[in-house]
This record gives sequence, C-alpha cells and structure tokens, in this order.
Amino acid sequence: MIEIVEVRKVFNAGRHNEYTALAGVSCSIASGQVTVFKGPSGSGKTTLLSIVGCMARPTSGRVVLAGRDITSLPERFLTEVRRRKFGFVFQQFNLIKGITALENVMLPAYPLGERRAALEARALGLFELLCIADRAREKAELLSGGEMQRVAIARALINTPETVIADEPTAHLDSRLSREFMEIVGRLKREGKTTIIASHDPLVYESEIVDRVISVRDGKIEPGDP
Amino acid sequence: MSRLEKQRNILDYTLSSLLRRKGKNAALTLVFTLVVFMVASAVLFAQAVRREASLVLKDTPEIIVQRTVAGRQGLVPEAYVERIAAIRGVSAVRGRLWGYYFDDAFGGANYTLMVPDAFPYEPGTIVVGGEVARNSRTRVDNLLPFKAHDGTVRGYRIGEILPTESALVSADLILMTEPDFRSLFGIPAAEVTDIVLSVRNPQEIATIAHKIAALLPDTRPIVRDEILRTYDAVFAWRAGLLLAILAGSVAAFIIFAWDRATGLSAEERREIGILKAVGWETGDVLTMKFWEGAVVSLSSFLAGIALAYAHVFFASATLFEPVIKGWSVLYPDFRLTPSVNAPEMAALFFITVVPYTVATIVPSWRAATIDPDAVMRF
Repeated sequence: MIEIVEVRKVFNAGRHNEYTALAGVSCSIASGQVTVFKGPSGSGKTTLLSIVGCMARPTSGRVVLAGRDITSLPERFLTEVRRRKFGFVFQQFNLIKGITALENVMLPAYPLGERRAALEARALGLFELLCIADRAREKAELLSGGEMQRVAIARALINTPETVIADEPTAHLDSRLSREFMEIVGRLKREGKTTIIASHDPLVYESEIVDRVISVRDGKIEPGDP
Repeated sequence: MSRLEKQRNILDYTLSSLLRRKGKNAALTLVFTLVVFMVASAVLFAQAVRREASLVLKDTPEIIVQRTVAGRQGLVPEAYVERIAAIRGVSAVRGRLWGYYFDDAFGGANYTLMVPDAFPYEPGTIVVGGEVARNSRTRVDNLLPFKAHDGTVRGYRIGEILPTESALVSADLILMTEPDFRSLFGIPAAEVTDIVLSVRNPQEIATIAHKIAALLPDTRPIVRDEILRTYDAVFAWRAGLLLAILAGSVAAFIIFAWDRATGLSAEERREIGILKAVGWETGDVLTMKFWEGAVVSLSSFLAGIALAYAHVFFASATLFEPVIKGWSVLYPDFRLTPSVNAPEMAALFFITVVPYTVATIVPSWRAATIDPDAVMRF
C-alpha cells in the first residue's frame, strides 16, 4: 500500500515563475492492483509519479510506503528504495544509445554488485518473457518503438521491484502495440505486482485490467476520485 | 554480491560507454599519448644522458691539469708530474695520454684513443669499444688500420672488445699501449696529454688547484665539480629548451582536455539522468566517470611512456636529435643505456593522469546531484 498525504509540489518557489504542479494531493494505491492517473497534459500526473517513485521530493506532504514515511529519507536511502521497490517505464523509453538492449536492461542492477553471469541470465529471461529474445544483442537505437518499450519494461523489471511505474507508456505506440503493452501489464498484475500508470490514452484507462482510475486536473485529484 | 563485482560491472559499462564515443575518445587518447610521449621523451633523454655523464665522471680524478699555449690546450711536460706531486696534500699524480682519431675510412667516425694505467696486451694490440668494432666491421684478432701522423698506415690487432656497461663511456673508445700511442700521433717521450691527481682532503681541492696554477702558470687545473656542474647545466638547459618548445603543445592539450573533461554534452547529462532514475547513486555515477577518466588518461600515459622509452632508448631520440644532441665529446651515433627514474615518472603521472581524472569527475558530480526526475521530462 502506498499512501500519498497532502502532497504539494511547487517549482521555482518564491520566483516570478513560481508554478504549483501539485496542490495538496491525497490518495492511496493498493498493492497488486493497476492504478491509472488520468488527466490532460500539465495536470501534474508526471510530477506525482516522480514523487511516488522517489525521484523527486514534495514541497510538503508525505508519501508512505508500506507504513514507512519515505519523504524525508536522505538521498542514498531514497535511491535504495527507488532501486529495490520501483521499476520505471518512461514516456520516451530513455534507453541509452550505443549499447545493446541487453546492457540497457542490466544497467539498474550494476550497482548491486551481482555476478554478471547471473545478471545476464536473468535479463535474458525477461527478454524471453517479453518475446524479444532475438533483439537482446541489438543496439538500442536500432530497435522499433514497440521493441524499445519492451526493453524499457524489461529494464524496469530487472531488480524485481514490487511496483512498476509507467509514464504515458503508450504515447509513442500505435493501437496494436498499446494493447500489447496492456497485456504485459495484465501479466505483471497476475504476478502480484503493483502498477501505477499516468496516461490520457483511453486504451489504457478504459482497459478492463485497470482496477482504479484517478483523475488529476490542475494539480488536484478531481472530486469523487480519492 | 560484492564490491568487486560492482566495480567490474561499472567498469564494463564505462568501457562500452567509451566505445560509443569512439572517434572523440580515440582523438583525445591520441593527443594525450602524444603529449605524454613528448614530455616523457625529453625527461627520459635528459635523465639517461645525465646518468651516462655521471658514469663517465664517476672515476674522474679530483683535479685535471691541462697546459695551455696561446689559449689552446697543449701537451704537458712529464716533469710537471713530479712538481705537482711535491705539493702537500696531493696524492696519486700521473700523466695521461689520450686523444681523438677521425676515421674517414669507415664513414667518418670519431674515436677516442687512450692509454690505460694497466694494459694487458703487447704493443701492436688494441682493445676497442663495441661501436668501433661495429662501425669498422671488425672482430677480435682482426687488424684495424690507422693513418699515423706521418702519413703511414699502421694496423693494430684487436685483442678484445669492451663490454657495454655504458655505451657513452666505451662505445668510441680504443685502448692501446703507450709506445703505440706515441708513435701513432708523434707525441714526444717526455710529454703527456694532461695530468690527473687526487687530493687527500676533499676540503683542500680548491686550495691545491690555486697552488698548481701559481706553481705552473701555463697550466689550467680543472676541478671535477666544475665538470659535473657543466654537464648538469648543459643537459638541464637542453631539456629545458626542449620543454619550452613543447610548452605550446602542452598548453594546447591542457585547454583541449579541460574543455573535453569539464564540459558535459546534453547527451551525457541525459545519460547521467537516466542512470540516476534507474537506481544509480551519485557515487556510482562518479565512479563511472572516474573510471572513464582513468581509462583514457592511464592508457594514454602508459602508451606515451612506452613510446618515449622506445624512442629514446631504441631509436636514439631521433625526433629530438637536432635540439638535444650535439655535445662535442659525445659519440655521434651512440645508443643510451635504458634507465628510468621512478620519481620523475611519478611526477609525470601526477601532472597528467590525476588532473585529467579529477577534471572528468567535477562536472559529472554537478550533473549527478540534480534530482533524477529531470529524466521524466526528457
């Protein structure tokens, strides 16, 4: 269970360009379910995902993960939580060019000091699972959009996180690939993983595997959604 | 799971990261290697020549007495030996016979001929340095011809070839008996080339030199320290001159390396953001950047040193020849005995590898301390 309590995020505080991305958001996300934050561009979905995923700190408010307040943890501990508990699938996939898909997938595990052979075997297992085993040794920039996304998903799963966070995962995919993505999400759900998605794509938030849709607008959760 | 595996994983990633920017990193490594090569060549050369010089001078007597005639060096009457020996505090005085022989028969080599104190061979037999034998294509028991002062040609049998502890000392050397030397150059029996002497109390060297100058006004006593100082000054000056010539290229490299190392491209910033977002700590990113700087600078350093070593000791510092060679008593084609001075190499390491590695880490540290959520907005 992840609890978000009165989270505010203000960028450029005190300056002429001060901007409030989140204006007191509170909600809870159940474990093992698929939760979608729905809303238009600029509504604060990505900021909320960043804060939940320990990539940014709120200006005020708290995020409680399995009963532990993670908001005020020092950077090292926050990184540890991010690495162990969350896997990220970014809107632009953010694969590193010039290295292979396999290396991209293994990247999050490098600092953990795991033996390379074991790590590689696990990464190749994920390629198998996501049906892209033949693309593992291909350079990242030579992959198609759908393959890139699967590689990004494999990377998110390499450290066997409890929660997968995906930011606008279907923004660069056609309908077929978007449905395939949702099938993968369904598979993760069956494995007991928690999935949090930010999207304004109906193919995502209207999917039957989604347990809960939370509407976000102007940095707030719309009434009736908490 | 171990720290070692972690370092290995990060190093693996660093190497593939370096390969991604092959062109840029290869150019950088090449320029870096070139600079280390040039500076190390100058340092190794100066150091090796100084070592050779110190070997030459190791057994030099404390004072050498030469006779000057109209400002030029002339032969010294052997009678001076006894007069100098009579000065209190002087020990082991002896006259020396030595000179140069220009051999135009074998490509114009200049040999140093000398009569040693103890010579185990009969007149007609000589001992030669390795370069002499090589240059004249002779071996032990061959006859080596010399053109005497009176125009006659004399052949001397080679009894032995000198071992090459120091090429500079022995390369061009020919040892022969006193009668052979005198008859070859036409030097009268009562004259020697110069006189050498030892002094019992080293504190008295300057005083005794003054006494000799006063007793024999046509002589010039040369103290060993003066020779050492001259050698040192000449080689230090030459190495300094070379470094001054290289200063421009070194400065250009520093600017180039600084710019390369301190500036992060948008692509590199993005990469750091991604690494942080997927769970790398700031320290992990810095470790990667450390390895990146260390791999480039260390491999350039080692390659530069190896090339400089080969250049100085195997190719006789061909590139620097016009500047640094030309010391009149040096054999024109000598090969230096390999020697490396660890402190000087360590100093070179600290002025090349360390600053570059640090310069690589600093901007990455700045980039690595930003919140990883920036990557969400790329």
